[in-house]
Amino acid sequence: MSFLVLRELKKTYGDFVAVEALSLDVQRGEFISLLGPSGCGKTTTLQMVAGFVEPTGGAILLDGHDLVAMKPSRRGLGVVFQSYALFPHMTAAENVAFGLEMQKVGRAERDERVRNALELVGLGGFAERYPRRMSGGQQQRVALARALVIRPHVLLLDEPLSNLDAKLREEMQIELRQIQRTVGTTTILVTHDQSEAMALSDRIVVMNGGRVEQIAAPQEAYERPATPFVAGFLGKTNELSGTARVEGGETRVVIADGRWASRRPIDGAVIASVRPEKIAFADCAAGRLTGLVKTRIFQGNHWLYRIETLAGQVFVIRQNGGEPMPAENDKVGLTWRPEDMALRAADGRR
Amino acid sequence: MSTPASDNAAPSAWLLSLPALVFFAVIVIVPLIMTVVLSFHDWGEYKGIQPVFILKNWIEIWSDPYFGEMFARTFRIAILVTLITAVFGAPEAYILNRMRAPWRGIFVLVLLGPLLISIVARTLGWALLFGGNSGVVNAALMKLGVISSPIPFMFTETGVIIALAHVLMPFMVLSVWAALQRVDPQIENAAASLGAGHFTTLRRVIFPQIVPGVLSGGIIVFALSASAFATPAIIGGRRLKVAATLAYDEFLNTLNWPLGAAVATLLLVCLVVTIVGANRLIERRYAEVFR
Amino acid sequence: MTRNGPLALLYHALFVVFMLAPIVIVCIVAFTPEGYLSLPTHGLSLRWFRTIAQYPEFIRAFWVSIWLGALSSAIALSLSVPAALAIARYRFKGRDALATLFMSPLMIPPVVLGIAFLRFFSLVGLGGTFVGLVLSHVVIVFPFALRLTLASAVGMDRAIEQAAVSLGASDWTVFRRVTLPLILPGLVSGWALAFIQSFDEVTMTVFVAAPGTETLPVRMFLYIQDNIDPLVTSVSASVIALTAIALVALDRLYGLERLLAGRGINEP
Repeated sequence: MSFLVLRELKKTYGDFVAVEALSLDVQRGEFISLLGPSGCGKTTTLQMVAGFVEPTGGAILLDGHDLVAMKPSRRGLGVVFQSYALFPHMTAAENVAFGLEMQKVGRAERDERVRNALELVGLGGFAERYPRRMSGGQQQRVALARALVIRPHVLLLDEPLSNLDAKLREEMQIELRQIQRTVGTTTILVTHDQSEAMALSDRIVVMNGGRVEQIAAPQEAYERPATPFVAGFLGKTNELSGTARVEGGETRVVIADGRWASRRPIDGAVIASVRPEKIAFADCAAGRLTGLVKTRIFQGNHWLYRIETLAGQVFVIRQNGGEPMPAENDKVGLTWRPEDMALRAADGRR
Repeated sequence: MSTPASDNAAPSAWLLSLPALVFFAVIVIVPLIMTVVLSFHDWGEYKGIQPVFILKNWIEIWSDPYFGEMFARTFRIAILVTLITAVFGAPEAYILNRMRAPWRGIFVLVLLGPLLISIVARTLGWALLFGGNSGVVNAALMKLGVISSPIPFMFTETGVIIALAHVLMPFMVLSVWAALQRVDPQIENAAASLGAGHFTTLRRVIFPQIVPGVLSGGIIVFALSASAFATPAIIGGRRLKVAATLAYDEFLNTLNWPLGAAVATLLLVCLVVTIVGANRLIERRYAEVFR
Repeated sequence: MTRNGPLALLYHALFVVFMLAPIVIVCIVAFTPEGYLSLPTHGLSLRWFRTIAQYPEFIRAFWVSIWLGALSSAIALSLSVPAALAIARYRFKGRDALATLFMSPLMIPPVVLGIAFLRFFSLVGLGGTFVGLVLSHVVIVFPFALRLTLASAVGMDRAIEQAAVSLGASDWTVFRRVTLPLILPGLVSGWALAFIQSFDEVTMTVFVAAPGTETLPVRMFLYIQDNIDPLVTSVSASVIALTAIALVALDRLYGLERLLAGRGINEP
């Protein structure tokens, strides 16, 4: 049995369904992200695990024990809040020591563990500092140390990096992953930032409107999104209408003037979803999707193209490798490998 | 996401409020009900309070023109005080809001501070200023040639109104100022950039935005001046009665408690109806401004 | 922002004069060397301040006021803290009604409250007692205590308490170690504002107090009803001075605007 099990977890407020029958198995030591737009139910799910929100239905099992019946203060979970929620009237060390005090850990051991925890997050010299005299990044680290020092069964992170600026956030992502690997604590992260979720997690749970859209490893969710929502939420994608027909052992896909052969057995009107960076430029040979370059934007390490084709607008991202690139108003052909194209029936069947 | 209400909110909330609730039930609600009941009791000079249910006191208030006159005076004073504070307090709040640090902080202290100074002390100041015919105000006005003979301030409605306007002015300034602080400071520049003159900006842009502040300040001032006691008692003296001083006399001098209770109950009802009604009206009219 | 014009500044000056004149005149007259009410044209004298000492009823009334303010504010505060937490934290049926009830002493005319208390206390045997006085003052200062407590409870990040819970703290520990220290500044200001309100109250207290339990403003009021002389002026001047000191201290501690903002009847 998995370490942490959420079974058919449900939360409703009157008629409003915040979380609908969410089931999830988390392995020991795994890093899971709950990813979705605001209001998708990810924070509510985390709060149910933490015990701050009572589920309407379903079960939460930790190592086989029912967590719902347990008081939040007895669950032994480490929580890092979006606002950090540091105790403003206590120093960094006192903040970190609080959980150990509650566990009645002896003075000597407490001091030792507080020191180690602060060192782990790189704040060895800041023990006596008050939170309001620390930067956002430092407060974030204190919050992490405070949650980790009690050796929690599970670490819950509620949008922990959303209040940091972009550069610091990237640094903290790397550090967070490193610390989690070192300590080996099972971790659940709530975030609306898809790149953060993909960078940190072993698996991501994409949520929308209280429902789970997909649970998968980051690369799998990105390459083979289970639903249009996942495809759209995890980075840009092109959605192109076409037709497919099974012929012999192959499926022939036609999108405007372009033709592809696919192994996926599907028939009739289809939607093909292709990531912009998977599309390459080629000459306008027969059987290729052709189009006109409408705009071209330079974005440092890559170019972003908007191409007008018979199948509609197509976005293309090409790495800036230094070679000559098509200019605006050039006529171009577009190609991609069949396996880079996710196909689904246009009427909603998969 | 905002913190959702937890499912068992009501029991814990009531449990936490219980001590205060019990206190209010026993010390506020019960005595108020007893006062209303008292207003229906009988009283006689020799028999004292008779716990019976009669309308005698209410009929007396209704039929004796003395009470009508007294209530009319009370509300006349309240309305005039409200108007005066609005007309003079609103511009001052506007000026105050345009001041810079540290002047603004200093004058906030100077203008709002009196709110916390004993009403008796402040009213005593007016008694000294009015002080019969030789008072400072009359002396100054006569020296300036504004008047030729002293105006009687003590024991007159004029005196009571001026003193009450002074006592309650901070409430109006505070209320209008609160409304002004919600106004975007760039809005005057925006109006000016569109070609509006200073006066037009005031009239068309600033004034409409402080109206809610004037109205809510007006409700406060009206309610407090209609129920004012110490100021009318000191400046108005024994002859110029308002509702509050009359009730006081019935209780502590005449000892006709039931009649005093009836006067007090009527004052309370009048005020609650006025305040609730005015609040409703303002909220409906200015719902979007208040948001 | 543009500057105030000269006309505006003139208006402002007149306004300030109007607001300060009665307070200033009390302080000036208090220093008169004469035996009657007059502006001190022939030098200043402290004789009327010394005279206060010969009137023990003023001294006694002062101490009654101090103890009454301290005690009733403390009781009001201890009742208002749990109520404020309930109103700030929970959305429940009857919440608005509860808030209205707790703020109602601001809307009920003090005369009416005074009459109600007089009737009630004389029936239950608390008429003219210090206990009755304290109970009645708890009522009138409660809205002020509640408002400041409420402001600090609302302003507090709920997640801070949740963090303490997640670290294993019990409800009581969370309150003692986290909630209370964080709302303490609001409580101190709430107590101070409540104290001043109690110290100033006269209308309601006139009904409840009896000789021996008269507060300072009541004593002053009753004295003025008989006659106005330099003695009551010097007492008033002392009260004004004390209030001014408290005012400046409060302004430094909490900010006067914040303390008074919305000090209306249509609250909270």
